[in-house]
Amino acid sequence: MSRVVVSGLQVALSSSKADVVTDANFTIGSGEIVGLVGESGSGKTTVATAMLGHTRKGAEIVKGSVTIDGLDILSLSAGALRSARGRVISYVPQDPAAALDPCMTIGRHLREAVKAHESTAGVDWNARLAELLRDAGLDDIDGLLDRYPHELSGGQRQRVCIAMAFACKPACVVLDEPTTGLDVTTQSHILDSVRRLAREHDVAMLYVTHDLAVVEDLADRLIVMYAGRIVEQGPVRNVFHNSAHPYSRALMATTPDVRARLQLQPIPGVAPLVGHRPSGCAFADRCTQAADRCREEIPAQVTVGVGHEAACWFAADVSTERSPLTVRSELVFANDVPILEAEEIRAGYKGREVVHGTSLSIGRGECLALVGESGSGKSTLARSLIGLSDQVTGRLRLNGEEVPLGIRERSLSQRHALQYVFQSPRSSLNPRRTIFESIEAPLLIAPKPTAAVRRERVFEALEQVGLGPSFGPRFPDQLSGGERQRVGIARALVCEPEVLICDEITSALDVSVQASIIELLEGLQREHGLSVLFITHNLALVRTIAHRVIVLKAGHVVEEGSTAETLEHPSHEYTQTLIRDTPSIVAPLTSDS
Amino acid sequence: MTSAQANSHAEQRPRSAWSVTWRTALHQPRTRVGLALSGFVVGLALLGPLFSSGDPNEFIGAPFIGPTGQALLGTDFLGQDVMQRLLHGGRTLLWMSLTATILGVLIGLAIGMISGYTGRRVEGSLMWFMDVILAFPQIVLAIVFVSMLGPLPWLIVLVVALTHIPRVARLTRSLTADCVRQEYIEAAKTIATPRSRILIREVLPNLTTPLAVETTIRLAWSVSIIAALSFIGYGVQPPFPDWGLMINENRIGLVVQPWSVLAPVVLVAMLAVGVSLVGDGIARAASGVDERVSQ
Repeated sequence: MSRVVVSGLQVALSSSKADVVTDANFTIGSGEIVGLVGESGSGKTTVATAMLGHTRKGAEIVKGSVTIDGLDILSLSAGALRSARGRVISYVPQDPAAALDPCMTIGRHLREAVKAHESTAGVDWNARLAELLRDAGLDDIDGLLDRYPHELSGGQRQRVCIAMAFACKPACVVLDEPTTGLDVTTQSHILDSVRRLAREHDVAMLYVTHDLAVVEDLADRLIVMYAGRIVEQGPVRNVFHNSAHPYSRALMATTPDVRARLQLQPIPGVAPLVGHRPSGCAFADRCTQAADRCREEIPAQVTVGVGHEAACWFAADVSTERSPLTVRSELVFANDVPILEAEEIRAGYKGREVVHGTSLSIGRGECLALVGESGSGKSTLARSLIGLSDQVTGRLRLNGEEVPLGIRERSLSQRHALQYVFQSPRSSLNPRRTIFESIEAPLLIAPKPTAAVRRERVFEALEQVGLGPSFGPRFPDQLSGGERQRVGIARALVCEPEVLICDEITSALDVSVQASIIELLEGLQREHGLSVLFITHNLALVRTIAHRVIVLKAGHVVEEGSTAETLEHPSHEYTQTLIRDTPSIVAPLTSDS
Repeated sequence: MTSAQANSHAEQRPRSAWSVTWRTALHQPRTRVGLALSGFVVGLALLGPLFSSGDPNEFIGAPFIGPTGQALLGTDFLGQDVMQRLLHGGRTLLWMSLTATILGVLIGLAIGMISGYTGRRVEGSLMWFMDVILAFPQIVLAIVFVSMLGPLPWLIVLVVALTHIPRVARLTRSLTADCVRQEYIEAAKTIATPRSRILIREVLPNLTTPLAVETTIRLAWSVSIIAALSFIGYGVQPPFPDWGLMINENRIGLVVQPWSVLAPVVLVAMLAVGVSLVGDGIARAASGVDERVSQ
């Protein structure tokens, strides 16, 4: 029986009345976990918060109902809604660091969550709080209850948020990307707890995420959203391996996997923004199957299987290829002439050594992945290679020639040969300078080429990253995240580098955009013989792009080898754990057969 | 990647964030009122002497006579024409407050940017020195210097500028420190961009809007302080016509001939309020623009 029924939910902007979410219908059963996936701007978080009767500022719930155990959340008065939140439905936010009050102890957080809804006279707090912690997979060791949020790890904080959400045994819990920003091992443990809690307490759970592999592992059913509408929903296996909507297939085809080297296929075009959504199917412009009918009429939900629906005119067409996953052959690297060699690099900051004597070498045209969890020292190592670290010792050779470790001691050609692409598409470009100026900046260091040459090189770099010269006079805020990241790459390419250091360059991007950036990098390697040091925490991505992989743990290299070999047969225990904890789409597929 | 969004972008002419902010500010009534008020006073002070028909120091009748056909605003405590003195009395105030503001903002900006960028020891000592200046109320500091060295116009300008420096420096230091943490500064460092170029080309453009707001606040302060110094007799000396001085000279006749006091009071207030309104308009526009950008 369904505990939660959402029907006809519509959320619109208060100012322009443009729909953010249109006509969302779904149910969640008792003890069921429903995954809600979509890229940024698809309206998934809006749906999640609307289930608690809340919208962000500037938007409002126009129509629809959210019924939980017969109680319509959206028709409640402000007071009744307040008492329903936490007792009937509760919420686990994305960022636990911001969700917990830094001035309150963990114990007080939990007590407050209980007190808000229950009479607490004569309650045995010790037993009650210990039970809450145990449920969320925490122990009250080291006086956890008396500690403050900053004294906990990210994973522990998220568990506290989960404990608070479950404190009053609600009927429904909404989790909004609770493991984003956590390491895979922590994520895996939290997902275990979430799964167990849903079963034990018979809670209806909505798990919002952008990570398809996570829901494949966790959820019973899956909802896929695109441009404010639910385009497909059904049992997880069916949606994954028998997708009825072209967008679901396209989305899966952009997702890398640790178990197999998948062909990543970027989705052409961009999703329509709120207020600019077309009258027909919103995906029509990016869809390979689109017909005239798709552009004129919004497709209705069609049942394609047991509990499996899709909003596509061709959903029932059985002749289409349903499985989106294509496996590619493994990358093999033949050229072993090293272009960049680092020996015994010791680096750190604020007087603390983070990288303890690490050596690595990159071959010409090779893509070397540097993998590690947060705090493993991978960014510190990368920064010391590019010359930004003030606390570093070791030796660095480029084409066999010694390179000084400080950036200011390096010659112009040495600086140009090694280039860095930054992580955040938001902060890596100066908001007050045009794209042209940002890309041109490296060429303005004396001896600088003439204005005409600079102009030509900037446009050439823009062309190489798939952006036209029309981007030159624009400002970063006029670009999408993927476009900004391309500009970041163009800024490196304008120097005509030999080695590109990419520091988590896709971690802030949607998977479909990530796929197009990966495609771009592969193209650059093929055409220009560029060597790439690809720093990431995402093992699945490594499988797709890297020839070789280095695994870093607490500043030490624990494993090194060819990508296929290392990921198939990891020798170090740490690597084995990492691979086991990385969620996979392919794993259940292969274990079935 | 580029199709739909690129097309919609290609139509609009790219504009810098500052010009967007300024245009948005101009749409607000408060900015327009502010510009009108301060524009009127500035115009009057600059062009006033051209319209005046007589000598502001000429005695035209008995003291404290109400408005007549000959003297539109009556006479002051010595029997001079209030209107004539008003037309001549704004220039000094204007150039002194402008110079003091520009000087204070520029030096404060430089100190703030350098300490925000370098951090640690340089920041510590510079900011410690700023805190010392900040400990004195602006007007007290001005009185101390002027009473020691005499009521010299350039001294007043320097002292008022000095009192602005720490306030501007504090603001720009924190803005610069925020800016320096961004990855585009790192990107500039990876190609060994000289520090001066990083500060001027990467950091400074990000400070323009808050700096514009701060400058208007400082200008409003300069106007009030310099007028106040004149009022208490530390500014321009009689018989030179000056708005601040006029308020002081004529206040004994406030009941008999209120125009002689109210007219300069209103003008000084209009200038200070007008400049503040413009600053407020820019600040509001900027926060709105930032909101839209971050969406």
